[in-house]
Amino acid sequence: MMEQIQQPWPWYVAGILIGLIVPALLILGNKTFGISSNLRHVCAACFPADIKFFKYDWKKEIWNFFFAGGILGGAFIANYFLMTGAPIEVSPGLQSELAGYGLSDYSYMLPKELFSFESLLTVRGFVIMVVGGFLVGFGTRYAGGCTSGHAIMGLSNLQWPSLVATISFMVGGFFMANIILPWILSL
Amino acid sequence: MNNEKVQNIDSNTACVNESTQQHPAWYNLKYAAVGIIFGIVFVKAEIISWFRIQEMFRLQSFHMFGVIGTAVVVGAISVFLIKKLDIKTIHGEKIKIADKEFNKGQIYGGLLFGFGWALTGACPGPLFAHIGAGFYAVLVVILSAVAGTWTYGYFRDKLPH
Repeated sequence: MMEQIQQPWPWYVAGILIGLIVPALLILGNKTFGISSNLRHVCAACFPADIKFFKYDWKKEIWNFFFAGGILGGAFIANYFLMTGAPIEVSPGLQSELAGYGLSDYSYMLPKELFSFESLLTVRGFVIMVVGGFLVGFGTRYAGGCTSGHAIMGLSNLQWPSLVATISFMVGGFFMANIILPWILSL
Repeated sequence: MNNEKVQNIDSNTACVNESTQQHPAWYNLKYAAVGIIFGIVFVKAEIISWFRIQEMFRLQSFHMFGVIGTAVVVGAISVFLIKKLDIKTIHGEKIKIADKEFNKGQIYGGLLFGFGWALTGACPGPLFAHIGAGFYAVLVVILSAVAGTWTYGYFRDKLPH
């Protein structure tokens, strides 16, 4: 049992558990699944700066901080108690592409050559961490949700605007990963 | 047109499904419990992995499509049953799910988020998970995401919606 838990979990186990979060949040207290709103609540709580978009009673949304805090705790438990410590398995095609950019560290789920405080001083590290993070925050709010709010919650509730958003996420991702990112990684 | 329309979107993005019931703050721990399960799944199924996201966008692996697809099917069946059987919350409240209204932000914002998703290999949930997993450099990405959200709020009235 423990041995199975320590192996990477298959997609259907993850998919079923994530899908069940939708009814769990609804039944526990009428909450719709979503995470990117937390970024807005942080702005509203810490730097509202008299901007209308951040002037609302963020304390009513405090459940979302608890949810995000839980994610943090769950990731801690999984990473420190439920892992084998084996390197991440990556498809051979991606491995050979990344090797061309000098990326070969598979000890963590992010390439440590790109995601570190030192790599902030490199062009590609800065673009990936700072510009990438900015686009995540700007884009999710502009779109009104992220993968959880639109792709999972919105599609589960058969909302066509969420389908538009999900398709846009994927189009943007395909374009960046295949056309722009190779150039950024070679910087 | 923008101002009024943008204000309407406002009511659609904050405080939806607000419960009318008042509960002590510790009741929120139930959401933390759900979050813990989510966080464990994030790590164990490698959903927070930059490599898995790159494989998804390069069509080198079915994994992430399987995860998201299964989650949508399970979520859709659940929502259908909740509506069909008129299932109530544990506090006896009627479950309401607000409709999403279309605006062009879902396209423009969606594309921009897609760029960020492919760069960072993470959507907002996995960003929090990386901190829990002890990978603190991702704090930079989170701070930048907060700055992005703030910048959107600042320029919101001037952006096409």
